[in-house]
Amino acid sequence: MTREQKLVLPLVSLLAMHLLVLFAGFVAPYDVATQFREHPYAPPSPVHFRDRRGHIHIRPFLYAWKNNGKFAEYEEDTEQIMPVRFFVPGDPYTMLHVLHSSVHLFGVKEPAHIFILGSDGYGRDQFSRLLFGGQISLFSGLLAAALSLSLGLLFGSAAGYYGGLLDSLLMRVSEVFLALPWLYLLFAVRAFLPLRMSAAGTFLLLIAIVGAVGWTRPARLVRGIVLSAKERSYVLAARGFGATDWYLLRRHVLPQTRGVLLTQAAILIPQFILAEVTLSFLGLGVAEPVPSWGNMLSALQQYNVLSSYWWMIIPGLVLIPIFLSYYLLARCLEQQV
Amino acid sequence: MRYLLRRVVHGVLVLVAVSILSFLLLHLAPGEFFAEMRLNPQIAPGTVDALRAQYGLDRALPVQYGLWMRSVLKGEFGYSFAYNQPVFSLLWPRVLNTLLLNTAALVIAWLLAVTFGTWAAARPGKWEDRVCALGTSTLLVIPDLMLALALLMLAVRTRWFPAGGMVAIDFADLTVWSKVKDFGAHLLLPAMVIVLGTFPLLYRHVRSSVSESLTLPFVQAARGYGIRRTQLLFRQALPAAANPLISLLGLSFGTLLSASLLAEVVLSWPGLGPMLLESILARDVYVVIAIVLLSAALVILGSLFADVLLYWSDPRIRTNER
Repeated sequence: MTREQKLVLPLVSLLAMHLLVLFAGFVAPYDVATQFREHPYAPPSPVHFRDRRGHIHIRPFLYAWKNNGKFAEYEEDTEQIMPVRFFVPGDPYTMLHVLHSSVHLFGVKEPAHIFILGSDGYGRDQFSRLLFGGQISLFSGLLAAALSLSLGLLFGSAAGYYGGLLDSLLMRVSEVFLALPWLYLLFAVRAFLPLRMSAAGTFLLLIAIVGAVGWTRPARLVRGIVLSAKERSYVLAARGFGATDWYLLRRHVLPQTRGVLLTQAAILIPQFILAEVTLSFLGLGVAEPVPSWGNMLSALQQYNVLSSYWWMIIPGLVLIPIFLSYYLLARCLEQQV
Repeated sequence: MRYLLRRVVHGVLVLVAVSILSFLLLHLAPGEFFAEMRLNPQIAPGTVDALRAQYGLDRALPVQYGLWMRSVLKGEFGYSFAYNQPVFSLLWPRVLNTLLLNTAALVIAWLLAVTFGTWAAARPGKWEDRVCALGTSTLLVIPDLMLALALLMLAVRTRWFPAGGMVAIDFADLTVWSKVKDFGAHLLLPAMVIVLGTFPLLYRHVRSSVSESLTLPFVQAARGYGIRRTQLLFRQALPAAANPLISLLGLSFGTLLSASLLAEVVLSWPGLGPMLLESILARDVYVVIAIVLLSAALVILGSLFADVLLYWSDPRIRTNER
């Protein structure tokens, strides 16, 4: 396989996941806050093609969960088949802040509910919350990586290009950052910020913290490249012809950092997604009722959830294909550099 | 030796910088430990002010830092509001627990990495090598948090391991042998999280540096003389590959402590991790500062240890200095 072919699979799967998450309103059958209080911890609904009497149906269907009298114990109500319908009206939603609609990709009629990944303790659909939670978890990682790469590019190229006092100052500061274990550093910075805020505020705050904490490694790498690039003979020649600093940086020096920045992005994004998930998991990040993969996982801190409801771990399992895609990307990019 | 001395001074300077920075940040923070008390109508505002004065919180920031420095020199590291005792006596047992867990995990992870890495390097491209590569890649894409949660789930469901804590409730009544067994069983899960989290990276470095040293002329010559493979690998190739690996050891303490923080919190090992979380939520600022400083100190000590080890193991560094 050529390098381009190797890049296709991870890129396409990442793109698909981000699109699913962006269009969560349409793909998810319910709103994040819709509660079915009579169905806490309902297991994932099995989708059938064959009914009780052995008839094959072309349209998939499911049976409603019937509570058997005990808490969170269900059996299928095989009296009535509930066909899965497509493009059904449901909870109203807004996508990308502009598209208002209430049509969902799929759903079933009352009294059945479609919980393809089960429901949580309030009877909220896990699949819908997983998609909406991805908006926070995936994009906080992406934006935080963008922030720390820009900071790294700025500080690294300034330190490498101008040298002198600025260089030693920035490098000493980065040593202080690097002396701390990454999670301890993250927690320490989180510690001095307010604990309770609005969801949007927390989202931006997390991006700012994670991005500001992670600039050191890209900065040091960029500095190294800039240091060697500015001594190349064509750069010296261009300087001799009267090129300004800005022109030299833009035209000759910074383009050389592209490969390293891309590789760093593929390494940092999953790390930063995990940072958000970890902080929210421990109650230092995005708080209920807004879902994020971290605070969805925090239900697992209860013993009974851990022992009885396996589908509550799914928000963590989806991290694995994402990490795998970024890992494959990083490996491809590294080979090129 | 002069180099080591310089490293020690540098480390102390970094620690001072960390303390100043964390002091500044924590005091710029809105909200403090006594803020919640102000909301309580049963506590008079005068009482809160008196409490703040007692802890020196009403002084100017440089004065507070000076007071704190004095208590650091006395070995107290400030005062915990929530526990009402000097921070150091609060943290010391937890530091020992964290060190114990990390030392165990570090030893296991390196033993595994050196064994498997050397073994795979000797069989490049064979199925053993491929299986190891696949295994480490799989571990690499599973986040630490998931490892910890999955192991906890396993423990809760199968009851093969005790889930959480450091010793059983009836620990005091056990015989010496069952005490060791019980402690080991509790140590196993958090240590496993850290080992599985750090092993893949270590394995890769071991494998690549050993396979590089296998191409060195003197190793080839030794092979030509017909020296047995195990001896060739562990007596000739591994020492030649040790140099970058010891540097890696020095650099890996940060990752180790981060992994351990998660493992400790999720599997409730009574180390520094749960304490850090608790003190952040309670705004117990001096405990937060002390834990952050301790973690930095552990990382710096770790890299110093690696430097000493390098000095001891590599004659080239010693002869260079003379």
